[in-house]
Amino acid sequence: MPEQQTTVQNEAIDLDAELRESNVQEVLDQLDRELVGLAPVKTRIREIAALLLVDRLRRRLELTSETPTLHMCFTGNPGTGKTTVAMRMADILHRLGYVRQGHLVAVTRDDLVGQYIGHTAPKTKEVLKKAMGGVLFIDEAYYLYRPENERDYGQEAIEILLQVMENQRDDLVVILAGYKSKMERFFQSNPGMRSRIAHHIDFPDYTEDELLAIAKLMLAQMNYRFSPEAEEVFREYIRRRMRMPHFANARSVRNALDRARLRQANRLFAARGRKLTREDLITIEPEDILASRVFTEGAPDEGSEPEAAPAAS
Amino acid sequence: MMTNYGNKLTQGQFSFLPDLTDEQITAQIKYALQQGWAVNVEFTDDPHPRNTYWEMWGLPMFDLKDPAGILYEINECRKAYPNHYIRVTAYDSTRGWETPRMSFIVNRPKEEPGFGLVRTETNDRHIVYTVRPYATEKPENERYG
Repeated sequence: MPEQQTTVQNEAIDLDAELRESNVQEVLDQLDRELVGLAPVKTRIREIAALLLVDRLRRRLELTSETPTLHMCFTGNPGTGKTTVAMRMADILHRLGYVRQGHLVAVTRDDLVGQYIGHTAPKTKEVLKKAMGGVLFIDEAYYLYRPENERDYGQEAIEILLQVMENQRDDLVVILAGYKSKMERFFQSNPGMRSRIAHHIDFPDYTEDELLAIAKLMLAQMNYRFSPEAEEVFREYIRRRMRMPHFANARSVRNALDRARLRQANRLFAARGRKLTREDLITIEPEDILASRVFTEGAPDEGSEPEAAPAAS
Repeated sequence: MMTNYGNKLTQGQFSFLPDLTDEQITAQIKYALQQGWAVNVEFTDDPHPRNTYWEMWGLPMFDLKDPAGILYEINECRKAYPNHYIRVTAYDSTRGWETPRMSFIVNRPKEEPGFGLVRTETNDRHIVYTVRPYATEKPENERYG
């Protein structure tokens, strides 16, 4: 045995080969390409990926045997890409072999907490079983704990969650998500939860330029584009919309684009009798955006939009 | 019996082999999940071969992607019924099959007394044979220790 040990130790360790073999770079590149901005998040994810890659090598040389704690907490305002990043994270963990299947199960309080005594435990376990071998994403996680109601069943769900997070670290990774301030309060009242989460990642709000870039990316995916004037108008739209209530970053942009498409379709329909070109069909003109209530009344069209639609990206 | 050392109940797959380890069970379940079959855990204390319908331990697990969740249920069932037979079945809902494609025992009682053969003489010295498990002489839930 001793000879074998030395050969293993002296063998050159090829980090590049390991990286290539795991195909993680591909996901990281995709993350860079498809997600605008979010520089601190990308840096943290690259750090985590590097840590896991090195850890995998160390494990091969029998320097570590413990599974690292991988549970994470994503904090940030609505529409900053938490779910999207969680999905990529599941992919990265799968490629590195830390989860077996790499699927993402997104849940909220309703999926975990029951309505009467004895309902919570089976419900939570059901969800946990479904997420095993993958990533459990709990959106708006702070709702699990309701300090104002001491008989709230959320506490029970948290306890089961903690138990599984500790004992079955090989089987699933839990990612909690929510507003920063509310998550802080949640962790204060559940210190056990905080100590079991290794990575806290904060998602910053997007800047005006980033939101415009996101808008263009979204339009390109749907085979639309702004006319040069429309781009300027949309920049103004974003600037105004950002100051209004219920602003949900990328989600508000997507909703605005959806409405712009609707108005574009209406405009084309109204101008019947004229021959349409391909150009007409793919171009969003300034008037499609200017008709928004953001410009006419100074109020968002999406006034009734909930603060954050759960589990939507 | 020479062919069945230790009176082990031989029903379903792998029953002539030594009991499967958890690792082997996981591998089998993984195969079933890959085929898209619904895996189910069942238990009974009546080992008669014609006892087809065993008690179900919860609902069939249609939407699981990973064997860990099913192994968890198996262990829960073992905790609740350490001295019962527990089996795992995998149901294939594909049209034309619509039947369990896999079935194997994952837990058995410590002592398996086996089966007795009852010969009943009827008319014309005809003999009717009946197989009866010794265990079922006792009422349900008291059969194995």
